[in-house]
Amino acid sequence: MSSPLLAAVSWTVPTVDYHGLAPEIVVALGLCVVMLVDLFLAERSKWLLASLSGFTLLGAFIPVLTLALDDGGARAMFDGRYVIDDFSLILKGLFLLAGYVVVLLSTTYIEEGEYYQGEYWVLMLSSILGMMMMTSSRDLISVFVALEFLSIPAYMLAAWRKRDAKSNEAGVKYFLLGVFASAVMLYGMSLLYGVTNSTLLSDIGASISGELTAVRIIAIVFVIVGFAFKVSAVPFHTWAPDTYEGAPTPVTAFLSVASKAAGFVALVTVLYVAVPEGSDVWQPLVWVLAVLTMTVGNVLALRQTNIVRMLAYSSISQGGFILMPLAVAAEGGAGGAALRSVVTYLIVYAATNLGMFAVILTVSRKTRSGEISSFGGLFGYAPALGVVMTFFLGSLAGIPPLGGWIGKFSAFQAVLEAGTGWAYAIAVIGAVNSVVAFGYYGNVMREIWMRPVPDANTMPIRTPAQLVLALAITTISTLALGVLPGVALHFGDLAIFAGAFAG
Amino acid sequence: MDQLRDANWVLSVGTFLPLAGVLVMLFIPKAEEQLNKAVALLTALATLAVGVYTMTQFDYDQAGKMQFVAETNWISVIKSTYHIGVDGISLPLYFLSMVITVLVMIYSWNHIPSPGNPKAFLMLMLVLQTGMAGTFIAQDLILFFVFFEIVLLPMYFMIGVWGGENRQYASLKFFLFTMFGSALMLVAFLALFFKTGAESFAIPYLVENGGAIAKNTQVWIFAGMFIGFAVKVPMFPFHTWLPDAHTQAPTQGSVILAAILLKLGTYGFMRIAIPTLPGAAVEWAPWIGLLAVIGIIYGALGCLAQSDMKRLIAFSSVAHMGFVMLGISTLTSFGMNAAVFGMVAHGLITGMLFFIAGSVKERYHTLEISRLSGMLQQVPKLGWILGFCAMASLGLPGLAGFWGEFPAILSAYNPADGLSEEAFRVYMVIAALGTVFAAAYLLWLYQRTAFGEPNPEFTGQGDGHGHHHGDGHDEVHDVNTLEWIAWTPLLVAIVLFGVLPNLMFKIIDPAVTTIVSGFGG
Repeated sequence: MSSPLLAAVSWTVPTVDYHGLAPEIVVALGLCVVMLVDLFLAERSKWLLASLSGFTLLGAFIPVLTLALDDGGARAMFDGRYVIDDFSLILKGLFLLAGYVVVLLSTTYIEEGEYYQGEYWVLMLSSILGMMMMTSSRDLISVFVALEFLSIPAYMLAAWRKRDAKSNEAGVKYFLLGVFASAVMLYGMSLLYGVTNSTLLSDIGASISGELTAVRIIAIVFVIVGFAFKVSAVPFHTWAPDTYEGAPTPVTAFLSVASKAAGFVALVTVLYVAVPEGSDVWQPLVWVLAVLTMTVGNVLALRQTNIVRMLAYSSISQGGFILMPLAVAAEGGAGGAALRSVVTYLIVYAATNLGMFAVILTVSRKTRSGEISSFGGLFGYAPALGVVMTFFLGSLAGIPPLGGWIGKFSAFQAVLEAGTGWAYAIAVIGAVNSVVAFGYYGNVMREIWMRPVPDANTMPIRTPAQLVLALAITTISTLALGVLPGVALHFGDLAIFAGAFAG
Repeated sequence: MDQLRDANWVLSVGTFLPLAGVLVMLFIPKAEEQLNKAVALLTALATLAVGVYTMTQFDYDQAGKMQFVAETNWISVIKSTYHIGVDGISLPLYFLSMVITVLVMIYSWNHIPSPGNPKAFLMLMLVLQTGMAGTFIAQDLILFFVFFEIVLLPMYFMIGVWGGENRQYASLKFFLFTMFGSALMLVAFLALFFKTGAESFAIPYLVENGGAIAKNTQVWIFAGMFIGFAVKVPMFPFHTWLPDAHTQAPTQGSVILAAILLKLGTYGFMRIAIPTLPGAAVEWAPWIGLLAVIGIIYGALGCLAQSDMKRLIAFSSVAHMGFVMLGISTLTSFGMNAAVFGMVAHGLITGMLFFIAGSVKERYHTLEISRLSGMLQQVPKLGWILGFCAMASLGLPGLAGFWGEFPAILSAYNPADGLSEEAFRVYMVIAALGTVFAAAYLLWLYQRTAFGEPNPEFTGQGDGHGHHHGDGHDEVHDVNTLEWIAWTPLLVAIVLFGVLPNLMFKIIDPAVTTIVSGFGG
């Protein structure tokens, strides 16, 4: 411990707020227990591990609740480098619940596929732990560590079907591009540190203001580009479709929901806390990214015949809608609305997209196919699944009263609150895109309702209990968030980060 | 706004009762077709009963005011409330939506279109009913938007699953057109919200404060709403989805589409676009009027070119909605009165025409006008009803259609202050010509289908016994009991409102006067 950094300051033992860290501690303990128990379990009892992982995530949810009910205000540790505020609690809750649903989705898949089970759950829990840390990190180093912590297990999970070339391709592609993105981002971060002499985000925010020198601009751009890879924004999206298609379907669900959300969390934290004054640089950049992302994602999704690939492009396009309000977040009073919109969107998107994957997993148990045409006539022989899938598709398309509309709505609202010419322009582009999106969502609906069953195989689909539970959770959330959008918006209505957008 | 009635639950019950029926039907197996139909019909009847009760409790002396107002928190974070109420404009349309749903349910008793599955079909119809009724009572833009969108998916499936040969194309076209409009409409709603100080989405609030927005901005916001509503109406040149949707939709879908869904657009103009943005309305009115008369002539010419009866009726809708929009575009109480009356009348008459088309199709398995003839001989009752409706549709005095069309034309003679009299008088002349065309295409349709000798193809005497044409359908039979039950209320209403138009005008007028009070019309 002879780092010059530490030598410079007199070392005092930091106070650790164990209540504040309880959710992370529970997951970390659960992770260790799963790893240890795995060693002593016979092959046929491995299913215990899934339950154990699920309970760990639900157990960690309890301290999140107690922290949320505690009125003590935000808790800061390590000189404000690790903060537990409303923003982080809501997202921790989201990651835990989304993680729980992913566990439900994975259980039968992992069991029946004869994959390694113990390692799978350990990696999944690690990744979720990284996401939880991400929500609280307010320092370049902890942001980076959290990002790697959540990404590295995900690289391995993507390649879990190791006997399948596509899955290997998925893992390798995800890994290489992910590492490349990390390197770019790290370079940007080192520049940020170089010009501000601090890694604490709020310090950086305080020193970056006024005139922006070239090096500051480059630093901001590089950091954003790094995150753009994580959230698969166009033109940094090329890994997403291949990875999504090749990875095991539950992992794809995990990547497209939780991992993507974590990327947005990091992006929002850095934009709001570290470089709010650099908005002249990042607003136009995010604007372009958002427009490209929603448009290109949509257009490519229209051409897909594989449902998971279609969802990959759809999720890229949805990412564009999440980015949209950030493109004008520094205008007028739009910062708060933009933050609310991002959080709200992430919540409804998580519920809907996970539900969609639950249906896909269920249906593919029978059809053994990933083609959109394999959904033909679903309504005829499995009306419940057909209707539920229609809900999810409608929700992603943003049709009230299904959840997705409130995400889209709050995004438009934030953009129009900014009220600049750029804001109106992106609002109209977004509106047109939300119509185009129905082209492919509607296409799946058409298969489900109006097309004949392929092979006339109308054998009913057996849905395992875990998938039923996952479908129930996601369907109810999707409907409830749409009919009572106040709930989601209330979660998104956060006190804005300290130091962001003064005034 | 003071609450005129304590009974402000009636609107919520009337709107959401159909969903209760849907919930019950969820638990009835698909195979229990009769039970499903019965539950659906009972739900629709119960809803109608609530509607009737609403009619009896409505204070007709204060039809210009919102009544049964209920207001509670809904999405407080974005300042949107669950705010509902009816006045003289909403009430007729709200009630009409309930009546039409019941009649369509009755008709569905033995007319479930292929591929069957009455459970799903009727559930969708009930959801549709909630969306339609809700749109007419919503007093909050976000609530309005939600209801406005709720109707989309059920209609999409109704056309796409139970429709004709080209159903998938037609349903997607319907959906994309409408959604495109409503996406821009939502952006316009939000712009309006922020430009009025981001205080509230309540329509009364926006009506009060919208006028203060700079005119140039108003014109742009109006543009967004215009596209949203004009697609729904549909106005020329946004009408191209309509003929496809109507032609492909099952009879029930066509009836609901014509009778209610199209009115969501015109209603939106009257309730939201024009009152909240009066400055823009004056700027836009001449263009709306122009598109309206183009629609009248274009629709009529379109009718003359059709060889399919259902498609012809669909094009006639474009023309009729043109009259409604012409009335609205004058921004006078006279024109608006005509417009609301026109909406209801068009709902009754065109709804009826689509019912007839459905029954013709069922009997003859074709709607090719050239193959039909001699209906008056073969199915005299159906033939006479068709004649009656054609007369009503072309605006014969004494029947309901007249009171929508004639005053609309007349109102263009004297538009509101600030609108060009010359332009509107030209519109008036063109619209008047349109009525001649209407007479031409409707009478020609009637002549070709009803007069003359029945086509031997369908008489069953062609080549003797045992050598029936085609799929060997039964003998063509005349109007049956169920059809009588479903149709009589519409036929009676067409006559009743034709003879006593004041029954409706006296409800509409005070409400319309409130809307146009800003235009000095």
